[in-house]
Amino acid sequence: MKIIVSVKQVPDTSGKVAVNPDGTLDRASMQAIINPDDLNAVEAALKLKDETGCKVIVVTMGPPPAAGMLRELMARGADEGILVSAREFGGSDTYATSQILAAAISRIGVEKDDIVMCGRQAIDGDTAQVGPQIAEKLHLPQVTYAAEIQKTGDTITVKRMLEDGYMTIKVKTPCLLTCIKELNAPRYMSVGGIFEAYSKPLQTFDYETLKDDALIDPTTIGLKGSPTNILTSFTPPQKGAGLMLNEGDDKANCEKLAGILAKKHII
Amino acid sequence: MSFNNTDIAAFKDVWVFCEQRQGKLMPTDFELISEGRKLADELGVDLCGLLLGENVEGLAKELGGYGADKIYVCDHPLLKNYTTDGYTAAICQVIEELKPEVMLFGASNIGRDLGPRCAARLHTGLCADCTHLDVDMPIYKDFLREASTLAPEKIDGMNSAMVLGEKHDVSRDLKMTRPAFGGHLMASIICPRFRPAMATVRPGVMKKNVFDQAKADACQIVKPAFTLTEDDIQTEVVEIVKAAKKLVDLIGADFIVSVGRGISKDVEGGIKLAEELAAELGGVVGGSRATIDSGWLSADHQVGQTGKTVHPKVYVALGISGAIQHKAGMQDSECIIAVNKNDTAPIFEIADYGICGDLFKVTPLLTEAVRAAKAAK
Repeated sequence: MKIIVSVKQVPDTSGKVAVNPDGTLDRASMQAIINPDDLNAVEAALKLKDETGCKVIVVTMGPPPAAGMLRELMARGADEGILVSAREFGGSDTYATSQILAAAISRIGVEKDDIVMCGRQAIDGDTAQVGPQIAEKLHLPQVTYAAEIQKTGDTITVKRMLEDGYMTIKVKTPCLLTCIKELNAPRYMSVGGIFEAYSKPLQTFDYETLKDDALIDPTTIGLKGSPTNILTSFTPPQKGAGLMLNEGDDKANCEKLAGILAKKHII
Repeated sequence: MSFNNTDIAAFKDVWVFCEQRQGKLMPTDFELISEGRKLADELGVDLCGLLLGENVEGLAKELGGYGADKIYVCDHPLLKNYTTDGYTAAICQVIEELKPEVMLFGASNIGRDLGPRCAARLHTGLCADCTHLDVDMPIYKDFLREASTLAPEKIDGMNSAMVLGEKHDVSRDLKMTRPAFGGHLMASIICPRFRPAMATVRPGVMKKNVFDQAKADACQIVKPAFTLTEDDIQTEVVEIVKAAKKLVDLIGADFIVSVGRGISKDVEGGIKLAEELAAELGGVVGGSRATIDSGWLSADHQVGQTGKTVHPKVYVALGISGAIQHKAGMQDSECIIAVNKNDTAPIFEIADYGICGDLFKVTPLLTEAVRAAKAAK
């Protein structure tokens, strides 16, 4: 049995997001981190590894520096890393991205006992589409928004969160699960783990490696294979500064504010 | 399944996936039907709802009251509960057969599970979590003039896009606008070569039409053909559990009083003060992610990028610093009032009215002042 976890390196959007004068995102000003939901997916895989001794493979699509993130995940306990990287893959939307990742995952091979895991969504794109689209391309059943995962034999029982509660879903392996932060608290890297990480196998799948897969067609990958195009991107206008109330004391401020609200018929 | 780009002119009508849970329509359905009505009028086509479930035909007419011309009802015992496989199979068969031009889903946990699966099977484009949709170019340009910092001449000249090295006329494309990076950047996405153009739409953003009984009565109900067997469904729903507590209706509220990390020195007291102010205003209490992560409030109170997007008449932010993830969920509120100890807190950048002070002292005074102002009217 093995678990393949699809992960993404993303800019850290928790601090100030910087925007270039031309309206594009200033990625250089932000630190690259492992997408938070993906860390929960890796942790879920490592927990199943602790219980069953299964193998955990982490796969990512991105530029060569993303290999550093794979080493970091191997230092936490993943057994192997696969970097999917080629110029031909650039400019992909979620559809094209999932085609490429599905091809990479099927090259690794999804057997009867295996599980594929993803994070619910990446904090840069916020689409939550790649997981389900990989599942569709690999013809696997999917359960998204997993907050609890239990494995009994070939059956996985998942607590799947809804806005107004949850569903309990049973699914047989192989399957694809997308994970949310409620699932677990990701472990840290260990010093021993960091040492070991550098002796673990890390492969790169480029265009040559994957080009014979039926999913890798120039018309379905990269910019050309993306069904969606960006018409324009722009920054919204900054709202003008509002009125700071400084009448002297809190009571006067509150009375002034309530007076304005009443005058404007807001209250 | 074939690519849906061989004859895109054959695709017609705007469709809305109408989500039901346990035989009840979701509030988002009415928002999406209302928005879909606008798009169908801009395209000059019909607006159709797509409703799946078991014994759900009785729900269909109500959707007509918000603007649907027609509801396609897929009624089947295997569609009783939502399953990705069952719903995807039925929807994709009906779409292949009837060829809608535009397909909208609510960006609920279910819509965000279903939309990408359908888009991948149909080989078409899907734009996630849209907050604004247009077809008509003059209307779209008016929106850009209002909502962007783009130069006027750039907006005026925006009639085509380069698609695979060729100039593509975008006048009939659905222009799907969505925030990225917590609303610091907006992008308008098109799906020029494939149909249907699909979008998931953020709940709480689109305005609901007024219900019209005559339109509801005139709404046509059609049962499209599809086949579904037990073998198509590989996931088994064991149980569905509703949250025990009554859900906080943040999206429907006119007044929201939200608390942030600033209540940490007396959490219970802080929440109580917010509740009192909310009660006086006739609204509800919300919270920043910090308050949810600390377990002070339940997750259904969360406002922000990973919580709910709200646009109430008045949003009161008590002790919320105003991180972009929070602002993303509330910056379109009609009036924002911020109370914070720190006069450089980013929340003041978007607040209409700010009070620099201790929320534990200010909030009761504000509640009292609002009460007095209302009584004086």
